[in-house]
Amino acid sequence: MKTFWSFVKKESLHILRDPKTLFILLGMPLAQILIFGFALTNEVKNSKLIVVDQSKDAESITLIQKIDASKYFDIHFAEVDPNKIDQLFKASKAKIALIISSGFSGQLLHSHSTSVQIICDASDPNTATAQSNYLSAIIGDYQKSLLSRGSLPMTIKPEVRMLYNPQLKGVYNFVPGVMAMILLLICTLMTSVSIVKEKELGTMEVLLTSPLRPALIIAGKVIPYLVLSMGNISTILLLSYFVFDMPVQGSILLLYFCSFIFILTALILGVLISTITDSQMTAMFISMVGMFLPTIMLSGFMFPIENMPKPLQFVSNIVPAKYYYIMVKNVMIKGLGFAGIYKELAKLFLLMSFFLIMSIRKFKIRLA
Amino acid sequence: MNAIAVQGLKKSYLQGKETISALKGIDFSVHQNELFGLIGPDGAGKTSIFRILTSLLLADEGEASVFGLDVVKDFRALRKIIGYMPGKFSLYQDLTIQENLEFFATIFETTIDQNYDMIRDIYVMLEPFKNRRAGKLSGGMKQKLALCCALIHKPKILFLDEPTTGVDAVSRKEFWATLKTIQQLGISILVSTPYMDEAILCDRVALIQNGEILGLNTPEGIIDSFDRPLYEVFTNDKFSTLQQLRKLDITDKIYPFGESLHWITNNNIEEKLISELQKRKISIRFIRAGIEDVFIHKMSIKEHEAELH
Repeated sequence: MKTFWSFVKKESLHILRDPKTLFILLGMPLAQILIFGFALTNEVKNSKLIVVDQSKDAESITLIQKIDASKYFDIHFAEVDPNKIDQLFKASKAKIALIISSGFSGQLLHSHSTSVQIICDASDPNTATAQSNYLSAIIGDYQKSLLSRGSLPMTIKPEVRMLYNPQLKGVYNFVPGVMAMILLLICTLMTSVSIVKEKELGTMEVLLTSPLRPALIIAGKVIPYLVLSMGNISTILLLSYFVFDMPVQGSILLLYFCSFIFILTALILGVLISTITDSQMTAMFISMVGMFLPTIMLSGFMFPIENMPKPLQFVSNIVPAKYYYIMVKNVMIKGLGFAGIYKELAKLFLLMSFFLIMSIRKFKIRLA
Repeated sequence: MNAIAVQGLKKSYLQGKETISALKGIDFSVHQNELFGLIGPDGAGKTSIFRILTSLLLADEGEASVFGLDVVKDFRALRKIIGYMPGKFSLYQDLTIQENLEFFATIFETTIDQNYDMIRDIYVMLEPFKNRRAGKLSGGMKQKLALCCALIHKPKILFLDEPTTGVDAVSRKEFWATLKTIQQLGISILVSTPYMDEAILCDRVALIQNGEILGLNTPEGIIDSFDRPLYEVFTNDKFSTLQQLRKLDITDKIYPFGESLHWITNNNIEEKLISELQKRKISIRFIRAGIEDVFIHKMSIKEHEAELH
């Protein structure tokens, strides 16, 4: 145990005595949060749309058919209380719902005015805005076709409600995304580089000729970055609370636990990378290209996964950041408890175990 | 039981598409409490031998054991009894002398105080700078610190891979004196060096070239094995003298050696030739060979054999 702490101390000294790297590690969350403040464009295609048709008359069916005919939405009928729509959202069944209240046709034909309700899951504001705009446009089209048919002007006014994020703030989307990115970057890049650095400097040679067990070397490398990353999570959460007015809706403890598992996964990935390379440059390259890009592209943070071609959707399943991103959104923004994230947590855990087994099997007890 | 026993060690590396054999069947053994030197130029295979003996590399063929522990099967037990100082400075440059030493003491499950008498002689020279970072030390200091770190856990045997390369002459002398004191503590030492003058300081040496041992004996034994006349040649024009003497039938080998030329001949030189040379302002005198002369001679024999094949 004493050996272990002495290793951790040595590792921490390495980090603390390299002020430039330390500055980047601690300054990165700040910089990234600010940089990613800009909204990103999303395209809506084949989005699931829950339709609650309480009217079921000729006009409502025509409207639904018109929506179905567009390429933007897949219609799923549901018989639920419009007030309980958000349960479907929490179960991730869909992100947008259309509610046509009873007497749609009657109101439309007699009072020449009626309304439908559109409810969006705005924890991803860009998608929510885009989807509601598309849906409103289709309804507007339908309205015009009614105008040409009848002589009297009839209007349908969509009333849009943005759930979880009524002001459609971009931060709600990028804070979880930046958390996933920063953690992955620090953990994967830093651990792999710090292990490979020992190989490059030749200190690994001395460590290997000592009675130190490989597991201890790995653990000793990992702990300081674990602490550092947990600190970074706190920075991000404080920033999002005080600067962006975005409190954690769910349990902070649960959020930290999810982060802990994700950080471990990333750290083990870093160790795995270090076992297959001998130079810091290669380690950096693999971490950047092999980890960073998939995280940005396939985690659902920038581009919705449901819009991707099937093979890419499949690949996204092995991107750890995807699960973490979903979990952070669910806990932080939607306020879900353990029941709402256990599936993602289980999948992440599986991935982590896989990486751990791989890296232990691959860790070299000799030089070549 | 020998401190080191090596038999038929072979190792080759893949460099691009070519296979380069670094060790072509090495046999030697080191007695307990012996100061054994591996002498040879860069690329002779010294580092490969060190890495195989310290369980860092696997040999392709052959067997090696250190104090009876097989370097492959018993590597865990082996790693507890050896002290290894790689050729490249391999300590943490961003840690201080004190921190480096403490770290290496703890990973070998000991403390500085416990084994202080092992390193006292060297450490007293480092102590005034103990809070200085290792990266800011001079070459000689770095090497002393590395030796301290390799010694701190009281190993049975020390492996020192080119410890004096890149170190000034005074520090080198000091270093070898230190090695002698370490040996007196009962520790066996395997040391490699490209400097021939250091060979004489070892109990026994093995001359290595291209992955083969050319000779293994005590330094005196090695020198005594040299059976050719050797002359030291002084001249004002080294280059043209070298060219002229090389053409003579009596010449086996002639090469520049410091300020002079060393001339190995097939037979003793007749008085007539000496006086003839003196007329051309070339003076020669018979000398006893050094290790380097033996080495160069053995190398040229090897090369000659290789050409014949």
